[in-house]
Amino acid sequence: MDLLQIKNVSKSYDENRVLNNVSLSIKEGEIHGLVGENGAGKSTLMNILFGMPVIQSTGGFQGEIIFDGKEYRPTSPEEAMAVGIGMVHQEFMLIPGFTITENIKLNRERTTPTFLSKIFGKRLEKLDMEAMAKDAKEALNKLDMNVDEYLPVAGLPVGHMQFIEIAREIDKSKLKLLILDEPTAVLTESEASKFLDVIKRLSQMGISILFISHRLDEIKQVTDSITILRDGEVVASHKTEEIDVREIARLMVGRKVELSKRQDEKINIQDEDILIIKDLKVNMPGEEVKGLNLTVKRGEILGIGGLAGQGKLGIANGIMGLYKSSGTIIKDGKELPLNSPREVLKSSVAFLSEDRRGIGLLLDDSIEFNIAFSSLEIQEKFLKKVGSLKLIDKNKVREHAINMIKELDIRCTGPKQHVRSLSGGNQQKVCIARALSLNPDLLLVSEPTRGIDIGAKKLVLDTLVRLNREQGVTIIITSSELGELRQVAHRIAIIYDGKLAGILPPDASDEDFGLLMAGEDLEKVVN
Amino acid sequence: MKELIHRLGFPRLIILIFLICLLALAVYLKISLSDLVTDMLVRFGMNAILVLAMVPGIQAGIGINFNLPLGIICGLIGALISIEFKLTGFLGLFVSILIAVPLASIGGYLYGKMLNTIRGQEMTVGNYIGYSIVSFMCIFWLLAPFKSPELIWAYGGNGLRVTVSLESSMAHVLNNFLAFNIGRVTIPTGLLLFFALLAFIVWIYSQTNKGLSMKVAGSNEKFAISNGIDVDKQRIKGTIMSTVLAAIGIIVYSQSFGFLQLYNAPLYSAMPAAAAILIGGASLKRANIVHVIIGTLLFQSLLVVALPVINVISEGSMSEVIRVIVSNGIILYALTREGGKAA
Repeated sequence: MDLLQIKNVSKSYDENRVLNNVSLSIKEGEIHGLVGENGAGKSTLMNILFGMPVIQSTGGFQGEIIFDGKEYRPTSPEEAMAVGIGMVHQEFMLIPGFTITENIKLNRERTTPTFLSKIFGKRLEKLDMEAMAKDAKEALNKLDMNVDEYLPVAGLPVGHMQFIEIAREIDKSKLKLLILDEPTAVLTESEASKFLDVIKRLSQMGISILFISHRLDEIKQVTDSITILRDGEVVASHKTEEIDVREIARLMVGRKVELSKRQDEKINIQDEDILIIKDLKVNMPGEEVKGLNLTVKRGEILGIGGLAGQGKLGIANGIMGLYKSSGTIIKDGKELPLNSPREVLKSSVAFLSEDRRGIGLLLDDSIEFNIAFSSLEIQEKFLKKVGSLKLIDKNKVREHAINMIKELDIRCTGPKQHVRSLSGGNQQKVCIARALSLNPDLLLVSEPTRGIDIGAKKLVLDTLVRLNREQGVTIIITSSELGELRQVAHRIAIIYDGKLAGILPPDASDEDFGLLMAGEDLEKVVN
Repeated sequence: MKELIHRLGFPRLIILIFLICLLALAVYLKISLSDLVTDMLVRFGMNAILVLAMVPGIQAGIGINFNLPLGIICGLIGALISIEFKLTGFLGLFVSILIAVPLASIGGYLYGKMLNTIRGQEMTVGNYIGYSIVSFMCIFWLLAPFKSPELIWAYGGNGLRVTVSLESSMAHVLNNFLAFNIGRVTIPTGLLLFFALLAFIVWIYSQTNKGLSMKVAGSNEKFAISNGIDVDKQRIKGTIMSTVLAAIGIIVYSQSFGFLQLYNAPLYSAMPAAAAILIGGASLKRANIVHVIIGTLLFQSLLVVALPVINVISEGSMSEVIRVIVSNGIILYALTREGGKAA
């Protein structure tokens, strides 16, 4: 019998459809794997199942969910928990100062009545620590955890915390379905393998598990069946034994856009390294780079891809010196100083940040000031000398802004309009204009189309390609959207776990990309 | 009309209407209008530089400089030393400023260094530093080796007076410089010119590449870092400028007031200045000279007019009470604005 049946569930955020007629079903005691790229809709599906408020506040969802034979339409996590759905989040939801027992029993404490509680109600009852510890111990034993239940959570190894989260879920007596959102992402290899054993044991106890992971071999190893999501739709649902890792990878990546084959345009890639990165380590929280080696040829567009959190965003930020980094970066034969944005900018490198509104723009300043500021600060352009003072030359700034607005087709009411009121695509163009004003020969672009509608995406990408063709600017473009990298880049480097997993041509097969992104060794899988 | 209200801003509109009502009431009560206008101009000139001192601080990103007392104490020391040496008139004034500026620069530098270690708490900490410094200086005023009979208690002994008269040294030198009358209104030309000079310097600085770096550091720190700006340095620069302006401001204030106020007096200087610039339309992230002028004019006019009017209608020190309510109320209002948007 199916414990959970999801029938034709759709969900849109504003105009943006993130789930489209998704159906899947999970049997009792089954381990069901859910895979897909970032943005494929996995998290949204989880949020719907767990009744997260974000779903309600954006207009709910369409479709039907049947859980345990009854129609199920949760409006809050409490409701989800009440019917027996538990969730272990990617980030730990534990209180560091509390003991393991207290964390496991949080909000479901065992209590004994006291004098005060008889007057003021149940909330003033006394905690029955012994009974709570016993429950906790029992839950931990089910997971084969041998740890003192009175220890505080702070200071425990990461692996332990993950198990405590699960212990908390299975301690709920009614637990029928456990949702695990990338549970092994933070675990070491041995912890992960132990973890997978535990999951199998849970399924033998009759608990169904919905397992989300990017690690395809894990999915293959532990699950009974697999559903693959891509762009909000189910592209395949298979018994695990019927499908191999290569096939999963191919389905996961898919071919999103028909590659508009470029004509035989002149490609001016030179046989000269503009940038050599050796053993780069960048301490960017959530996007750590752990020893990257990469060379970039003059005149090319190099794409950097990979899943979120694997460190692809750390590379550009590290080169720019915005996060603490170590290693060697050589540009044009000269070593680039680390951790010094000013020096990097002075060596003709420009950067478009992934955080456009936070780092890329002065939202409450005019378009013209935004465009001019970097070159004013770094190259002392747009200044006029009055005595010993260097004043901003507003005429030159205006003139330059008007040129840029025309050239990049920035839709605005004029150069004095504040950047905040522009659309995402036009804001990005202002960023590009600012970078161009520096006349860079190397342009680092991070997530250039994030939060931009489809029409504007194309314009932004076209602009970048034109820069590369016409002005010979070398571009390193980092993006979560593989489709867009394959459209514009000459080579695509895939980053996994802070290191280079491999470099592929844009017309390499979907499964090769999928495997590299999942951290598989290409050679190994082929053999 | 709606456009006008929007451009003027709601708080300014209310205060303006309140001010006009008070003026009408003053005319009705037969209080001399020309005296009121003269007072307004003088009070404006006296306070405008202290309000101006808020501008570099806000621009550099430390928010409202509640530690104005630091600069003010440096200014007071400058003035005291110049009196000790029996300097009078413009010489006295300029020597005071000459001594005060380096002192304030050092003080501002150290304070700026400290502010860089307590990001996000600048305004709270600034307040407490202000209190501490004023208290510490209370001891200093008692022990300082000044000898001039102008400065120490009339009956001799150690320690400086609570208020030192400037009558024999530099009282009103700026107010009277080139002063002239229009009808019965006296224009304190020197005072206004001096403010205009300082305002011009602050404005022109904000147009230079260095000034722009400071402004950008203040309005978006991450943007500034990614453009190679040393944000810490810019913040220190803004703090120094703010402190120096406060030092000059109190000297100008005192010469117009006719007295130097020592001991606890500097404590009460930051609030009205903060209130004035916020009334003028500045936010915790953005401030310019126009905000200073509008704010000071509105805030000080309100006090000047409210004082005689309310004293006629009611008794006691109602005007002081009103002043405290208005100034602190405006600060509160501005601070509750989401994300420090302009009030």
